[in-house]
Amino acid sequence: MTTDLIKEADVKAPAPVHALEVRGLVKHYPGVKALDGVDLVVRQHEVLGLAGENGAGKSTLLKALVGLVRPDAGEIWVRGEKVRIKSVVDAAEHGIGMVFQEQSLVPNLTAAENIVLGSEGRGVRRGVYRWDAMRRLAQEQLDKIGSHIDPLARTDTLSFADRQMVEIAKVLRIEQRTSHPPVIILDEPTSVLESKEIETLFTQVRRLREFASVIFVSHRLDEVLDVCDRVCVLRGGESVGEVAAAGAAPGDLHRMMIGSTGSEDHYHDTAQRSEKTLRPMLQVRGLSGPTFRDVDLDVHAGEVVAIVGVHGSGREDVCRALFGAVPTTAGEVTLDGEKLDLSSTRAACAAGVGYVPAERKIEGMVGPMSVADNMTLTKQKARCTGPLVMPQKQASLVDAWITRLSIRTPNRGTAIQRLSGGNQQKVVLARWLVAGDIRLLLLDHPTRGLDIGARSEVYRLMRELADSGVATVLLADSLEEAIGMADRILVMSDGRATKEVACPSGGKPTPLDLVKEMV
Amino acid sequence: MTSPAEDVDVVAARPRPRRGVSFRDAGPPVALVVMFGVFSALSADFRTIGNVQNIMDTAAVLAVVTCGITFVLLMGSIDLSAPGVMGASALAVALLVANNRNDNDLGIIGVLVAILLAAALGCLSGLALVLLKVPSFMTTLGVSAIGLGVATLMFAGVQPNITDAMIESWAVDRFLGFSYLTWIAATCVLLGWSIQRYTRLGRYAFAIGGAEEVLSLSGVKVAPYKVAAFTLAGSFYGLAGVMVTSQLGAGLVQAGKGYDFAAITAAVVGGTLLTGGRGGILHSTVGVLLVTVLTNGLVQVGVSPYWQGGVQGLIVVAAVAAAVLPQRRRNQVTK
Repeated sequence: MTTDLIKEADVKAPAPVHALEVRGLVKHYPGVKALDGVDLVVRQHEVLGLAGENGAGKSTLLKALVGLVRPDAGEIWVRGEKVRIKSVVDAAEHGIGMVFQEQSLVPNLTAAENIVLGSEGRGVRRGVYRWDAMRRLAQEQLDKIGSHIDPLARTDTLSFADRQMVEIAKVLRIEQRTSHPPVIILDEPTSVLESKEIETLFTQVRRLREFASVIFVSHRLDEVLDVCDRVCVLRGGESVGEVAAAGAAPGDLHRMMIGSTGSEDHYHDTAQRSEKTLRPMLQVRGLSGPTFRDVDLDVHAGEVVAIVGVHGSGREDVCRALFGAVPTTAGEVTLDGEKLDLSSTRAACAAGVGYVPAERKIEGMVGPMSVADNMTLTKQKARCTGPLVMPQKQASLVDAWITRLSIRTPNRGTAIQRLSGGNQQKVVLARWLVAGDIRLLLLDHPTRGLDIGARSEVYRLMRELADSGVATVLLADSLEEAIGMADRILVMSDGRATKEVACPSGGKPTPLDLVKEMV
Repeated sequence: MTSPAEDVDVVAARPRPRRGVSFRDAGPPVALVVMFGVFSALSADFRTIGNVQNIMDTAAVLAVVTCGITFVLLMGSIDLSAPGVMGASALAVALLVANNRNDNDLGIIGVLVAILLAAALGCLSGLALVLLKVPSFMTTLGVSAIGLGVATLMFAGVQPNITDAMIESWAVDRFLGFSYLTWIAATCVLLGWSIQRYTRLGRYAFAIGGAEEVLSLSGVKVAPYKVAAFTLAGSFYGLAGVMVTSQLGAGLVQAGKGYDFAAITAAVVGGTLLTGGRGGILHSTVGVLLVTVLTNGLVQVGVSPYWQGGVQGLIVVAAVAAAVLPQRRRNQVTK
């Protein structure tokens, strides 16, 4: 089957009035171009899919559409009219509403209150609640989408899928504000749903199309093709084309998402070690925890093993469990032949396990503290004599690592929050290296939010560490990163390790091979 | 529309969402009953009608203060202004009703003016919070100092003793066995509960404590509700200041001394979380009764006064630890 690849050239034609049109939207963040001239058209009564890798600019684009991000340049047109969207309320006035990826419901209020929140109408008279009227208003909304939720149930007692129905019911309230068919944005609505719940959601989306336009974002390409009429693909902050969903295959989309940017040795492939040390460093047998069951995993010294899986596959928790940060219920874990104590993070540190968390600014570093203090935060012994911190000892140690990792910082006393993301991440990594006792490194999205250059440096550092015999578990930011960096890839789905794929230099699998295993 | 038969089917199939009282909500009331039972078993003096009346009368002022502070705690803010606000209102009412310092005799209007003054001080806390973005811990501490300053100015070195018959009678006269102050407190609890249940202010206080950013994402302006909640809290403190004046027969600057922490303790023991969004007026009121019964009971069973403070503190810490037990997790950050 062939696919329609329409280069966005005919956009300027003023032909039919589109529900929503975006022209040349630009948004810069310090060091990153999140949106670089995005064009997008949403027709009346269609479900438009939006696909793209992490960092392709999807969320920034959506946030711009509902007024959470102020674009630097570009135009947004709603039904043939140029508009400025400065807030969520503005967006609602223009009939644009969004169901957020992290659900935006107040957990301790009833479903009914959440649905009418901010536009209570006859549910509240002079500040006094009329619970009956409010329940009826909410019921009307729920009836629209055919949901049987009790409107007076407290939101945090509902299942995730039900809460999503509440969100959709809430977003549909914007119909009250505008006489036109609304545009509903669904950001990753399926990421945490069971397959039966996904079916229900899709029925809703198709129902929505009858009186609204829908923008549907999902990582699961088969879903996107299943529910959408048309799919627009973003890459590196630009719209790179669109595909009519009928007849297209996930592979077509994927090719467009990745592009042909196979930049030579971005992942320092050549440094990937071909001969495998046969000494297993980490051995995990039957590990079970809150979100994962019965996971087996082997990592040899000098090996990088990536764990891939969609949101909700449990891979983050496996990673944290190996660091003792998430309690486990069963399983045997040995590190270099010795049993690894998973009861606390302190025990893990002492055993030579290092963890670089995904949320660098929140969990990875102490922002106002200096580079030196951040670097020696965990391995206190490296800078101390007895109970006392030795300033000279710390200084020479830290300076050595600043040079060795070429960390660009004015000096070691600079607050880490003033460094660029890449340099911050190097300091966070160095924290595990200063004592020289690291044996297993757990990297949770180590390149998140970094630009290309900084990524490359982190990759090089990972290769060096692997060369020195450190075992690495990587949760990559994208499939390409996982494939590029890993010697082996473990696929997780619904809390179980479902497949292991060899990934040697020169014999790498394609992202598609992996996607098939993930969903 | 689906037929009724189908409806029943669907309802039966889905797990029923909880709508009643959860186990955790039931904890403090159960503790209250148990504690009451234990003290009754241990002391013949405790289980007299007279002592129950005594407990209720003792709890009255704290209950009113706690009503006010609950709205602030529900939002996840904190309020330390009670001592100052109560002092100011105590002095204001003492000087406005019949007293030995001046010729005023405004009666109930004097009471209302005192409450209005207190509400203005509460409003000040709220405004400083939303306009100057100063955390409520500091603004309310400052407002407490302002209140004490205002009270000291009005005190001017000579203690005003009230001679107003109505206000004096509140602490003395009884209706159905309880003093008028107790009835005032009960009315406040009922009023507070209605506000919490049936007004936008009350429901938004919950929502602000639950997920403030969701409110702004839904286009709700949060600031006015925050100011309103602090103002409401201030009015409750003002009434409490008047009640203390009624008990003492005189306006004292120190009328509200210690009520800030006593009220926070009572609210938290009752299940109103300091992080906001959970609990409410009824929870807090149970907390007030728990704390009061505990104090009274320890006296009645003959625990040495030297021990009482320590024992009381231990029980409070234990109660709060039990309340947060269900949500503890590894590497939790507690500040």
